Amino acid sequence: MSKGVVLVLGARSDIARAVALRFAAKGHPIQLAARQSESLSKDKTDIELRHKVPVTVHEFDALDVASHAAFVDALPELPRIAVSAIGFMGAQAENETDVELAIRVMRSNYEGPASIFSHLATRFAGRGSGTLVGISSVAGERGRATNYIYGSAKAGFTAFLSGLRNRLAEDDVHVLTVLPGFVATRMTEDMDLPERLTAKPEEVADAIVKAVAAKRNVIHVRRIWWLIMLIIRNIPERIFKRMKI
Amino acid sequence: MRLSGWGNFPVHTAEVSAPDGEAALVSALQKGPLIARGNGRAYGDSAVNRLNTVQMRRFDRMLSFDADSGLLVAEAGVLLGDVIEAFLPLGWFPAVTPGTKFVTLGGMVAADVHGKNHHKVGSFRSCVSWLDLMGADGQVRRCAPDRHAELFDWTLGGMGLTGIVLRVAIRLTPVETAWIRQETRIAANLDAAMDLFEASHDATYSVAWIDCLSGGAQRGRSIVMLGEHATLADLDRKQARAPLSVPRKRPKSVPLTPPAGLLNGLTVRAFNALYYRNGQRNAGTRLVDWDSYFYPLDAILGWNRIYGRKGFMQFQCALPLERSREGLTALLKAISAAGAGSFLAVLKRFGPQDGRFSFPVPGYTLALDFPVTARTRRLMERLDGITIAHGGRFYLAKDSRMSAETLRLSDPRAEAFAQARKDFAARESFASLQSERLAI
Ligand SMILES: Cc1cc2nc3c(=O)[nH]c(=O)nc-3n(C[C@H](O)[C@H](O)[C@H](O)COP(=O)(O)OP(=O)(O)OC[C@H]3O[C@@H](n4cnc5c(N)ncnc54)[C@H](O)[C@@H]3O)c2cc1C
Ligand SMILES: NC(=O)c1ccc[n+]([C@@H]2O[C@H](COP(=O)([O-])OP(=O)(O)OC[C@H]3O[C@@H](n4cnc5c(N)ncnc54)[C@H](OP(=O)(O)O)[C@@H]3O)[C@@H](O)[C@H]2O)c1
Repeated sequence: MSKGVVLVLGARSDIARAVALRFAAKGHPIQLAARQSESLSKDKTDIELRHKVPVTVHEFDALDVASHAAFVDALPELPRIAVSAIGFMGAQAENETDVELAIRVMRSNYEGPASIFSHLATRFAGRGSGTLVGISSVAGERGRATNYIYGSAKAGFTAFLSGLRNRLAEDDVHVLTVLPGFVATRMTEDMDLPERLTAKPEEVADAIVKAVAAKRNVIHVRRIWWLIMLIIRNIPERIFKRMKI
Repeated sequence: MRLSGWGNFPVHTAEVSAPDGEAALVSALQKGPLIARGNGRAYGDSAVNRLNTVQMRRFDRMLSFDADSGLLVAEAGVLLGDVIEAFLPLGWFPAVTPGTKFVTLGGMVAADVHGKNHHKVGSFRSCVSWLDLMGADGQVRRCAPDRHAELFDWTLGGMGLTGIVLRVAIRLTPVETAWIRQETRIAANLDAAMDLFEASHDATYSVAWIDCLSGGAQRGRSIVMLGEHATLADLDRKQARAPLSVPRKRPKSVPLTPPAGLLNGLTVRAFNALYYRNGQRNAGTRLVDWDSYFYPLDAILGWNRIYGRKGFMQFQCALPLERSREGLTALLKAISAAGAGSFLAVLKRFGPQDGRFSFPVPGYTLALDFPVTARTRRLMERLDGITIAHGGRFYLAKDSRMSAETLRLSDPRAEAFAQARKDFAARESFASLQSERLAI
């Protein structure tokens, strides 16, 4: 049986590339989508050489929501599995003073991914099958002074995925919410992250491939983050507001 | 972050970045002297620069493959294991491979690695068609034996000190199966082992495990392993159904760092006796899959931790043929007298070697591990002296402790290498803790 096509949105991200390679290794054809998609031609060749699966490359801008319907229609084939690795963090200090930038962060992490998933969801539901994998973040579990612009958008995306899962459960469309803690990628390159809590992109990819097969609903990457967030969510607000974390 | 080589010694705090393109590499160059880092399988401090270590893991795309000639072009951060995974199913295998598949192509170039077939084909450079090198000026030059030849020569074996390898074109070798026909022979002592090597020049692969602790008539007793790529005719029916694949084994891993001192003279002696007896039992010819044959240690992830937190060092020297017998005997005597053997000591015959700064010399190479203690460090200094007295030299990919003076006494090429680095203006731009220690 031939494996279903996997669409990877935000394909230039480290996590996305690891996800594409993992699915390709299992024999899935791959659709890579990103802005400045010319740069993906190397990845196309690399994945084809390594795993002998067909790979196509597509231009995609999450913020250009008006183009999303046409983007889906133009795909050579409606994918079986779609993974969004789209995200944009910016720097909190700038996000606080530059409201336009803050809005860009909000739109990149919530509006854009939710828009493309809405289009895909309708088509998947029409077909009666498919899997949507949204990479959100533990940052969305509680707003913190150090990261709340990004965090609030991720919170929106997480809630969106949860609602979408609820809506599509009857249509046999599976929605997986991925909540990584820290991951060593371009996004976090300049941050000093604790080694024990920081996953490699490949770990996130492995966890996603497994969770898709097992039809899991919500996963944390590095499980310990489930516990950490449980604690963080339960700190009373009057204490939390004075904490620096 | 805390950074070391495979031996977990020495450990330093280092600034590490992982640039994602040539522009980012140029900015890294502008920050000050740097060293490129592959997968950290060199034992010592070759791939550590305290202020500017540049991880090449984001340069890990395979770029093209010519199925007629077997020429693979890939970025320097591609792992050898991934090359095998991609091309063995098509009937191609690396023409030269070290004893672990967890190395990058860039690391293989920089150390100009050798494999069990060195006596036949030479080192890694023999299968490198060309490489792209970013120099101190940020310019990328395509170097080949007939193009920027001098830079090519110094880069193979140059330990990352001539520039950053970006891309490599290597020729793979065609194979019919994923299996090796291994012939195991027992050698009762060093003389017998060397005689076996000398009689086995035609074997594609040859290597020996040598017991460094036994003395007297048994000094240097060895298990010599010869190997050929198995042909279809060598396989049984089940294997022949999928000749280019072998059943996957799950890697085991060493979960915790055991207390230091687990590896002492006693345990090593017991292990060696067992290993030798096991070899005797297995003498003869059998089929072994490629992974178990070339990379037995890779099956145990993190095996370097069995040496404990203090880490371990490897001693590897190469002795010219005419001084090998005498030199090896002296080395073995010193090791067994100190009672500080290692689990896996390896003896191998080297053949002819090209290049300006590559390690191999026609003759013999001996490699063994020691836990880091004051006593083993003194022993290794004695071994340095014996090697130098017999005209031998040392493998920089394994070194973590040698002095600049020892290097110069053992290898007259070191000075020329340092000079070449000046000529290429590479000395101000590429530096590792090892290059500083060795003053090259
Ligand atoms: C279990 C084991 C078995 C081994 N067996 C053998 C063997 O049989 N034969 C053999 O020859 N070696 C052997 N080695 C040594 C190993 O092959 C070399 O140390 C190799 O260089 C490691 O590659 P790496 O990618 O891990 O490089 P690193 O250890 O990260 O770096 C090693 C050197 O390569 C340089 N380097 C890495 N990438 C680049 C780049 N892109 N551009 C420029 N310089 C670069 C670094 O600066 C450094 O000097 C063995 C090592 C282990 C751990
Ligand atoms: N790294 C972490 O610690 C961490 C933790 C939790 C969650 N996450 C999430 O994991 C996902 C992957 O991130 P990463 O860590 O791999 O970082 P990354 O490399 O920065 O990936 C984010 C990707 O999103 C893409 N993107 C942003 N805006 C876009 C737009 N308008 N249109 C199209 N693509 C856009 C970026 O594309 P360009 O390449 O074009 O910029 C980039 O490839 C993100 O959703 C991130 O929020 C990361």
